[in-house]
Amino acid sequence: MLRKGADIVIEALKEEGVEVLFGHPGGAIMEVYDALYRDGGIRHILARHEQGAGHMAEGYAKATGKVGVAMSTSGPGATNLVTAIADAYMDSVPVVFITGQVPTHLIGNDAFQEVDIVGITRPITKHNFLVKRIEDLPLIIRQAFYIARTGRPGPVLVDIPKDITQKLSDVPIPSLEEVKESLPGYKPHTEGNIQQIKRAGKLIMEAKRPVLYVGGGAVQSEAQRELVELAELMKVPVTTTNMGKGAFPELHPLALHMLGMHGTYYANMAVYNCDLLIAVGARFDDRVTGKVEEFAPQAKIIHIDIDPASISKNIVVDVPIVGDVKIVLRKLIDEIRKEGAKIIFPEDRREWIEQIERWKKLKPLTYKNSTDIIKPQFVIEQIYEATKGEAIISTGVGQHQMWSAMFYKYSFPRQFINSGGLGTMGFGFPAGIGAKIGRPEKEVFVIDGDGSFMMTMQELITAVQYKVPVKVAIINNGYLGMVRQWQELFYERRYSEVDLSVQPDFVKLAQACGAVGFRAEKPSEVREIIEEALKVQDKPVIMDFHVDREENVLPMVPAGKSYKDMILEDGKKAVEAETMYLVG
Amino acid sequence: MSDTVGSAQISTVKSPLFREVRKGEVRRHIITLTVRNELGVLARIATLIAGKGYNIEGLSVGETHEKGISRMTLEVIGDDVIIDQVVKQLRKLIDTLKVKDLTDTPHVERELALVKVHTATPRARDEVLRLTEIFRGRIVDVSSDTYTIEITGTDDKINAFLELLKPFGIKEMARTGKVALRREGAGQEED
Ligand SMILES: Cc1ncc(C[n+]2csc(CCOP(=O)(O)OP(=O)(O)O)c2C)c(N)n1
Ligand SMILES: [Mg+2]
Repeated sequence: MLRKGADIVIEALKEEGVEVLFGHPGGAIMEVYDALYRDGGIRHILARHEQGAGHMAEGYAKATGKVGVAMSTSGPGATNLVTAIADAYMDSVPVVFITGQVPTHLIGNDAFQEVDIVGITRPITKHNFLVKRIEDLPLIIRQAFYIARTGRPGPVLVDIPKDITQKLSDVPIPSLEEVKESLPGYKPHTEGNIQQIKRAGKLIMEAKRPVLYVGGGAVQSEAQRELVELAELMKVPVTTTNMGKGAFPELHPLALHMLGMHGTYYANMAVYNCDLLIAVGARFDDRVTGKVEEFAPQAKIIHIDIDPASISKNIVVDVPIVGDVKIVLRKLIDEIRKEGAKIIFPEDRREWIEQIERWKKLKPLTYKNSTDIIKPQFVIEQIYEATKGEAIISTGVGQHQMWSAMFYKYSFPRQFINSGGLGTMGFGFPAGIGAKIGRPEKEVFVIDGDGSFMMTMQELITAVQYKVPVKVAIINNGYLGMVRQWQELFYERRYSEVDLSVQPDFVKLAQACGAVGFRAEKPSEVREIIEEALKVQDKPVIMDFHVDREENVLPMVPAGKSYKDMILEDGKKAVEAETMYLVG
Repeated sequence: MSDTVGSAQISTVKSPLFREVRKGEVRRHIITLTVRNELGVLARIATLIAGKGYNIEGLSVGETHEKGISRMTLEVIGDDVIIDQVVKQLRKLIDTLKVKDLTDTPHVERELALVKVHTATPRARDEVLRLTEIFRGRIVDVSSDTYTIEITGTDDKINAFLELLKPFGIKEMARTGKVALRREGAGQEED
């Protein structure tokens, strides 16, 4: 059937099962918006800024595991998406970005609202396309979705010139088989090399002090069952990265919680002292390893990852296994059960597990509470209790993000949504809106910083318009707190340009937008307003928590230092090498 | 001994080990790629290499016997470890079909150069003609005071030839960048 390019776009999106688009219209994309209107079958959320649309699509994708879609016009619309595209790239989030472009004959002319968005986003997309012929349009859109969600997921951008959306064509929507055949150079390895898996199994059985180090790849591949099974079977303690949270339940006795710069004492001690590190869907980021030379210095390393380019990138590994985490873990467990049934030995591991228990007791994750000033950690604990640990948490970037990682305990994958790789302030609120739209049955709390919130707070009106009942808890310290903390610790308290004490009245702001606003200034008010907020189910709520302004995130391993240089919660320098458990 | 960790049960050992950090030799690598001739494929490859802080020293591209499939040969000077990373990332690009670092695999490589050299005197003309014959080059254009010579071969051969022409005065020259193919039976084919 002859139809416009714009109709083909909508048809292909529906073929991909897209239920909701996040976007903002403009000249070059008007045909697609017209087709959307005429079709009426896909929901559209009108973000007030394209960056907001991009983060909403990311939040939707992170919360549901489905591909998110964000759409904008050419030029400024497209450039406003760039931060979200880079963010999705760094965190491997499957999002398809559709941008309008000036008509084909004007490309390269510095036409009105023309920008080479394909060129701009080349290093921050998994792949991108400029559609040159209408006959290619349906295939390209389906390729974009296929590439975004398979292998190591990531953002894909499709730039469509206006004339292509206006032309008529009867080109059919290709089948998935045709899509795969059209991409001969793209074949993600998912299975894992069985010889390597056998070697890994042997190392795990022989290890005395193993640790599982679990990242976002385990969340993406939904491998929680396999992880728990492996950890329990082999009595291996599990630490998760910021992105890996929820891949292993944090209340499990084998959970070590987060490692790295703001990791727990016991996780970092376990990693420092282990003799086998099993990295699962993690990428040895510098926020995790600190000084590479002193990262798990005695350990052999097994690295399971879908992305061959992630393996041995930052650190040499002994057993590389390229494959989908869930599939590889399943095979690994089968191997171990087959081979090692006889050598199972809770006994052999007892010493290690006991040592870890001692570390946990020695330096648990804690803070000094107060009765007259609200401690940020207290707010997060209260949210945890009030939501019974069941809420999805989305955060901005800064101290509040780290406290949210530490003081809420995550038990299911896709529960903790934040900008791990790019560290984008302003991510949390729109991402929370996207998450709530994707998972309406879940409570979604945005735990945001005052600084971060102010970067994308225009989306409050979007949440009001679509009656999205996200709960925003602003951990309001009147500072760009994380920067202030570094200035305190590493720049002799020279607080250069971090004071945010001039700020809007967030309660009135909420009211002005038709949302609900609460403020807490005393610890006794905290729980009360959280409970009040939970009652609101038809609009967003802003909770403005005025917290201790100069609280620090601890423990902390200063950038580029090793775990032994960890600064502990009581402010003392942690550990000298001599006091570590190191043997052999 | 630290006073902040007071547990007697923690055994102590003085010298922690250090993890070996990968650092390779910096040298010239020759990488060949088979790519789908899609819009922007060259830009993507160049962006990736530039993103590692490396310069492309040599580059040749041409269509193969299969329609829509091009073959590229790249020369990059860089750290072995980082080049290994570059190769893996090049493989990940959607439009690359095969990527191979041929540096340590037996292979044939050739380059073509066009050199325009001053030949104002009869002696210079004689001399340059003789050198060209020795190097199995060809004179492809002649003017009253220049010869333009075509020469193919390895790096060494072309460089030696250019050295010998220098005294006459090279007016202009252009090199294609290398093309390279793995020697049959050597090393493994992989993508
Ligand atoms: C877009 C952006 N700009 C700057 C930074 C650098 N930065 C990291 S944390 C931070 C302070 C964040 O302040 P706030 O959101 O109030 O959180 P807090 O640390 O106070 O909890 C800044 C400026 C960033 N991560 N992102
Ligand atoms: Mg703040």
